[in-house]
Amino acid sequence: MLLKHDIEFTLNGVRKRVTVDITMNALDMLRDVVGLTGTKYGCGEGECGACTIRVDGETRNSCLMFAVDFNGRDIVTIEGLAADPKADALREAFVEHGAVQCGFCTPGMVVQASHILDTHPDADAETIKRGLEGNLCRCTGYKKIVDAVESACCGGR
Amino acid sequence: MTAIERYAAPNSLDEALGILQQGEVTILAGGTDLMPQTKAGRIAFKATLMNIRNVAGLSGVAFDGDWLSIGATTTITAILNDPLVKKNAPVLAEACDHFASDQIRNAGTIGGNISNASPAGDTLVPLIVLDAEVELASKPNGAVTTRRMPLAEYFTGPGRTKRAANELLTAVRIPLPKPGHVARFYKFGARPALDIATISIGIAGVKKDGALTDIRVAFGAVAPTPVRAKRTEAALEGRRLDDATIETAANAARDEVNPIDDVRATAWYRKELIHNMTKRMLDHVAQA
Repeated sequence: MLLKHDIEFTLNGVRKRVTVDITMNALDMLRDVVGLTGTKYGCGEGECGACTIRVDGETRNSCLMFAVDFNGRDIVTIEGLAADPKADALREAFVEHGAVQCGFCTPGMVVQASHILDTHPDADAETIKRGLEGNLCRCTGYKKIVDAVESACCGGR
Repeated sequence: MTAIERYAAPNSLDEALGILQQGEVTILAGGTDLMPQTKAGRIAFKATLMNIRNVAGLSGVAFDGDWLSIGATTTITAILNDPLVKKNAPVLAEACDHFASDQIRNAGTIGGNISNASPAGDTLVPLIVLDAEVELASKPNGAVTTRRMPLAEYFTGPGRTKRAANELLTAVRIPLPKPGHVARFYKFGARPALDIATISIGIAGVKKDGALTDIRVAFGAVAPTPVRAKRTEAALEGRRLDDATIETAANAARDEVNPIDDVRATAWYRKELIHNMTKRMLDHVAQA
C-alpha cells in the first residue's frame, strides 16, 4: 500500500486539491491524475526540459519534482500559457519562425522561453541560448527557436 | 519498493530536528538528485520522507560576523544572483553559473549539492578552497545544538558524509576574503550545460609580491570525494609564481591525483587535464 497525501495548489490560476502517492513525480501527476498532457515526458532525469513547468514563477523539470512538493504553490503549465494573453507574442513567434517541427519539445521550450522573457525582458540571442540550455530539440537545430524567442522579446524588434 | 510510512513538511528547525531524532528519515529539498536516485534504486527511501522546503531560516545569504552564511535550502539560482556572494565569494557564483541548467538551478539547493556528496559536485571544490564550513544541527536531548566542521573534512566517500542520522545540514559558511585574496574555478565538461564535471579545479590564496600564501588547491572528480591537493599546495605556498614553480606545482598535481576510467574520461586523460589546467590557471593568477 503506497502512502498517499492530500495537497492543495493553484494550477493555471485555479485552486486544485489532489491526493497523490508520496513518491509520485509532478509530471506523472499532471499527466495521469490531473489529465493535462501538454507537459511531456522526455528523459525522466532532468536532461531534456520537455517537462518544464513554472513553479512560483520559476521553471522546474516536473519529472524531478515530488508531486507532494506542489502543496501551497502556484503552478503554470503550457495549458496555462495557452490561455494567457501575455504569451500570445511568444506563441505567434514560434509559428511565424517555424520553430516547431515534431513539436515534442515545444511545450517545454515555450514555458522556458516565457521564463527567460520574464526575467530578462531585453534578452539577446546569447542570453536566450543560455536560458534554453536545459531544453533539447532534435529537429530544428535550435536556430529557429532562438529566432522566435528573440522576436517575441520586447514585443518584437 | 517504497516503505515510506510518513510524509512530513515541518515549518520550524525545532520540528524538523525532532523528526530527525526519531530516526529513519530521508530528507527532501530540491529533489533533483533524490528523485532520479530513488527511481533508479541507488537510494532507498527510509520510513519518513521529510520535505525541508518550508523550514524557516534555512534559506538565504547573510553576514554572520566575519563569515558569509548561506542557508542549506538556498537554491543555486539564488546564490548565482546574490550580491553578497558576487562580492565576497565570486568563485562560488562562477561555479553556480556552470551548474546544470536553469530549471535545475531553480530547484537544486546548496545543502543538497553538499549532502549528495558527489565527487563531481559543482559547488564543492570552490567551497573547499574558500575554507567553507558546514553547520549541522541536532536535538539529541530536547535542546537544539549545532556543530561546525571544515567542508574539506566532511566527505567520507561517494554519497557519504560525516553527518549523523539525527543531524540536519543547516548552512554553509565562508570566511570573508582577506585583502589580496584570489580564487579561480575551472570545470571541464563535454558541453557547457548539464554536464557532470570530468574534472574540476579550485585554486585560492592570498597574492602578495608575486607569491601566493594560504594556498588552497582542490580537485573534483579525481577521487571518491572532492579532495584538497596538499602536495600541490606545498609546492606553491609562499613561492614566487614563476614558470618553474608553476611547472613543479602542475606536476605535483598530476602525481597526487588518483582518478578512475569511466564514461566521461580515462584516468590518463583526467591526469593530463589536471596538469594542463592547473598550469593554465596558475599562469592566469600570476599574470593577473
